Amino acid sequence: MIPATFDYHSPQTLEDALALLQGHPDDAKVLSGGQSLLPLLKLRLGAAGHLIDIGRIPGLEYVKEEGGVLKIGGRTRESALEHSDLIQTKYPLLAQTAAVIADPLVRNLATVGGNLAHGDPANDHPATMLALRAEVVATGPNGTRTIPIDQFFLGLFSTALAPDEILTEIRIPVPPARSGGSYVKLERKVGDFATAASAVQLTLGAGGEVASVGIGLTNAGPTPLRAADAEQYLTGKQPSADVIAEAARRASAIATPSADRRGAIEYKRQMARVLTGRALKQAIEWAKEH
Amino acid sequence: MAQHQIQVKVNGTDHKAEVESRLLLVHLLRETLSMTGTHIGCDTTHCGACTVLLDGVPVKSCTVLAVQADGREVTTVEGLEKDGKLHAIQDGFWQEHGLQCGFCTPGMMLTSAALLANNPDPSEAQIRQAISGNLCRCTGYVNIIKSVQYAAAKLRPEAG
Repeated sequence: MIPATFDYHSPQTLEDALALLQGHPDDAKVLSGGQSLLPLLKLRLGAAGHLIDIGRIPGLEYVKEEGGVLKIGGRTRESALEHSDLIQTKYPLLAQTAAVIADPLVRNLATVGGNLAHGDPANDHPATMLALRAEVVATGPNGTRTIPIDQFFLGLFSTALAPDEILTEIRIPVPPARSGGSYVKLERKVGDFATAASAVQLTLGAGGEVASVGIGLTNAGPTPLRAADAEQYLTGKQPSADVIAEAARRASAIATPSADRRGAIEYKRQMARVLTGRALKQAIEWAKEH
Repeated sequence: MAQHQIQVKVNGTDHKAEVESRLLLVHLLRETLSMTGTHIGCDTTHCGACTVLLDGVPVKSCTVLAVQADGREVTTVEGLEKDGKLHAIQDGFWQEHGLQCGFCTPGMMLTSAALLANNPDPSEAQIRQAISGNLCRCTGYVNIIKSVQYAAAKLRPEAG
């Protein structure tokens, strides 16, 4: 398959990339890792007059903690996240997510920023970032702005990024002690989108109660979903088996998946419940050990 | 710009080409450069038959633009053999019958070669994980795993 004709641009600086986006306000797309965009163009499900490749702009790939914030460069490869010592030792939710996105070859090119900016609720990082209460940094012609993750996903393939903005960084609060996270994904085979998946990030209090928790669901609706009711229910409670089961039930109650070859609606909702329960248990185990 | 002058080093040799923006790397290799060892399988980023090494990193060349490879190094299956001597991974696939129809083999060998370059002694689980983006419909993977293990043993210094 061959994409429809487009013009390709390879700016060397962020300023040049932004100028190119401004110069083609109606039909430019940012090419990051290309692992979602190029298949869309090849299948002719999408079209673009201009591809602005940010692949040669220096300084967009990093994973670092700074001032109480984990900063991930927008073009950081999923494979870099997956193999980062910092992520493996301190951010189990991110490490587990990166390890199940597509397959290892795709992860060598796919980027964290692209996974979010694509706006696909079937992607894995959106739910992860909801659970982590991340912020997205968008750079545009007038400088940068930060967008809370809860305001980022507007609809299917639609985000709060303006057409002349580039997602340059993801910011995540460094978790306090006794924090843990987990991403549990059900997929038919390596490389498939999730039949259902649940992302959990939580912190335990001194008495073992859930001090704070974030829960995100993948592929459970037209946008990634925050399970706010389940979060509220859990907060302040001792995470007994019954409490975890009830929280998982409440999380799955908000799922509005669509039926497809991966399963029926009711099956997917049940899987969201089961996976959320497992993710909660694993996150609690991690929090107790760290 | 819809046309681009690019220079790509393929298997150690520099190639110049004028390419359209939308030309895929796999088509540059197969059609422009007439190197048909890189296969097109699913053409939708699933099967890994088109795997090549881009600056040493395995990627699916059906999902990379040729122009993105400008100034970079590509290794294809044709580049594994050196001076008439098979690469250890090729020897492994030969010795352990790591292929039947052979369609996935170029991608399998390149992914495996990249794994062994970073991890000389991978566990079976690590091998399975590394090739999980390369689909084989013949072998059931058992002999492919053995082939990679054969190559790993051959490449390790103590093997001489």
